[in-house]
Amino acid sequence: MAALNEEQSILKDQAIAWINDNGPVAAFRAMRDSGNPLGFEQATWSAMADMGWPGILVPEEFGGSNLGYLTFGLILEELGKQLTASPLLASGLVGAAALILGGNAAQKKACLPRIADGSRIVTLAVDESTRHDPAGIALAAHKTANGFALSGDKCFVVEGGAATDFVVAARTAGNAGDANGITLFLVDGAADGISRTLLRTADSRGYAHLKFANLEVSHAAVLGDVDNGGALLDAILDRARAGVAAEMLGTASQAFAMTLEYLKTRKQFGQVIGAFQALGHRAAELYTEMELARSAVEGALAAIDADAADVPAMCSLSKCKAGAFLFRMSNQLIQIHGGIGMTDEFDAGFYLKRARALETMYGNQGFHRARFATLMGF
Amino acid sequence: MSEANAKLEQFRGEARAWLAANFPRSLVGKAAVYMTYDLDVPMEGDALAWRTALGEKGWGTPTWPTEYGGGGLSQMEARVLQEEMHAIGAFNPIPILAGMGVTMVGPTVLEYGTEDQKQRHLPPIARGEVRWCLGYSEPNAGSDLASLATKAVDKGDYWEINGQKIWTSGADISQWCGALVRTDVNVGKRDGISFLMFPMDQPGVRTRPIKLIAGASPFCETFFDNARADKKDLLGKLNDGWSVGKRLLQHERQSQTGGAPMGGGGGSLQELAKKYVGLDSAGKLRDEDLRLRLAQHLMDAKTHSLTLARVAAESRGNAKVTAAASILKNSATHVAQARAELTLEIMGGNGLGWEGESFNDEEINAVRAWLSGKAMSIYGGSFEIQNNIISKNILGLPETTQKG
Repeated sequence: MAALNEEQSILKDQAIAWINDNGPVAAFRAMRDSGNPLGFEQATWSAMADMGWPGILVPEEFGGSNLGYLTFGLILEELGKQLTASPLLASGLVGAAALILGGNAAQKKACLPRIADGSRIVTLAVDESTRHDPAGIALAAHKTANGFALSGDKCFVVEGGAATDFVVAARTAGNAGDANGITLFLVDGAADGISRTLLRTADSRGYAHLKFANLEVSHAAVLGDVDNGGALLDAILDRARAGVAAEMLGTASQAFAMTLEYLKTRKQFGQVIGAFQALGHRAAELYTEMELARSAVEGALAAIDADAADVPAMCSLSKCKAGAFLFRMSNQLIQIHGGIGMTDEFDAGFYLKRARALETMYGNQGFHRARFATLMGF
Repeated sequence: MSEANAKLEQFRGEARAWLAANFPRSLVGKAAVYMTYDLDVPMEGDALAWRTALGEKGWGTPTWPTEYGGGGLSQMEARVLQEEMHAIGAFNPIPILAGMGVTMVGPTVLEYGTEDQKQRHLPPIARGEVRWCLGYSEPNAGSDLASLATKAVDKGDYWEINGQKIWTSGADISQWCGALVRTDVNVGKRDGISFLMFPMDQPGVRTRPIKLIAGASPFCETFFDNARADKKDLLGKLNDGWSVGKRLLQHERQSQTGGAPMGGGGGSLQELAKKYVGLDSAGKLRDEDLRLRLAQHLMDAKTHSLTLARVAAESRGNAKVTAAASILKNSATHVAQARAELTLEIMGGNGLGWEGESFNDEEINAVRAWLSGKAMSIYGGSFEIQNNIISKNILGLPETTQKG
């Protein structure tokens, strides 16, 4: 793993200790069993806010700690290991990034302190179908006398049930598929023109479909520039992808640890099953893939922190590599555990379900492979 | 700028000035000529002058101690030197000229050698004057190296060696050999092995080059018929050759982690694809499947180089052999072999050229490189042997191969 500075080491240790005490997989299981429609416990979120996690990206003048993406990734990785449910990724990373990158002074002042203290949950509403396709945005924002009126649908909005505010990507000019003509709006989730349908997904996370029925917003709601929000949206999405990849790495690395432990303890044919070369080699290959994925994940987060020129390519690389490893690892978690892996009583299924959900979030491997090719000029 | 950085930048200036004064401009663009194992290229004129200058400065082996002919540089300084050489099209032929001397024998002699051995063997390697080969594999000892049977008997003044080695790279043109030999047949197979060093130019040594699927190769069979090694050229302790030999293999893995293609050019695959396959009106490669596989390969290659950098950063510039070498070797192999396959696929029918005027050099080289690159997952511990090492030494799983 990346060579950490003292601040990062302390934060990581704090996260591990807190998650072990308060957010282990057992807590996720209890939340799921309770049927909680939001997909996380308010007490968990409050505790995270008390520790300052939603403010890790937020500048100090707005009540955050401004520690950067690599640091944020450390926390997301640890949370990913135990599947700890919270809106930290959706709001603390994606929502905060939207405000930091696109907000004007008034918007930052109004919003960032409340993202940092957890009192507002700001999430990105981007997808409009079952596939991630930012260029295909069609949700219409018509110009009115006082601003804009938004009409259309958004799907699979992450933490869409609990969000207090949405960053909505809408079309103010051109047609679906055009790179230009996209504008981002920061809208109050409680407004009358928005209706939500909470989704019951296999991974028990809080997604929602949103319907905008002629929702009127003023010019003050515009995040960034009118009609030219495509680049801003890409930048926000890239940060989101790098964050999801960190969570995926955590989820997969825990699945690896559980599998390795099982290989060393489960006995068949008079020996631990890890003594069979077929399984020893599989473990070696999974470990190799994990080390490579870690480089991609940390590389993307560091590229964002350094404002490097290749952030888009690095973020697609990271999402792709973490996705491929998590897919394989979550399947092997069940395969190597055999029958016990299939039971709901054992945790393996949670990892498999979460893996499938994270794969679709902000673009699957296919999306990012194709995007990488485009970015490389072919 | 920190003090360390300032010192490094000062070194950069010194390196730049020295290179400007010593690297012959006539050699710019000739790296491919001198940086291959093509042994028909003579060392003369400017090439010889450059080798001599580099050897005297110690910068052919930049991190070796100066008392043994090295440059005495830190890892960071060595990297700066490499960057500066790259920037002006300079190259370091000494690791190639020394055969296995720089990458494997040298580091192992530094660690296990007596003072006398270091004084006698290291400076000629550092000057690129003496080429070394390694006698490891035997016809019946490949992946199961410890079952080797070449025997050395103590004759009082010298060791007498009998047996056969195989896959000895460059044996036919090397002046010295480091070999694993059996010195005690009455103990476990790993406990009776020693590491001996001896000159190749002697009556008891005979070599025969091996032709491979790619054509001529540097590999040989090497036969020992009452060959001799001096008593003072036992490296490490008697019957402790397995430790010495394993250590050397770690250096070998370390040197095989770069993922560079074997020959066949290091140009951009996407440019090659644009040239041979072409782009459609949307700017996409005219073969959608190839496009995505090429993207996947470029991502794999980027991830590999990120991992090399991460491992280097985590060991904080300390070049000590890390447990990650097996991972990196397998990853490098995967990247290089995939690159070779994609290169041919991009070339289409032109990626079939063996020889003749109908194919250009790049095409023929790509075919040869594709074939010779299949060795990458076999030599230096096969892909499977690396996985044994990862599962046992890194993951702590039980030994899965035969004990003994």
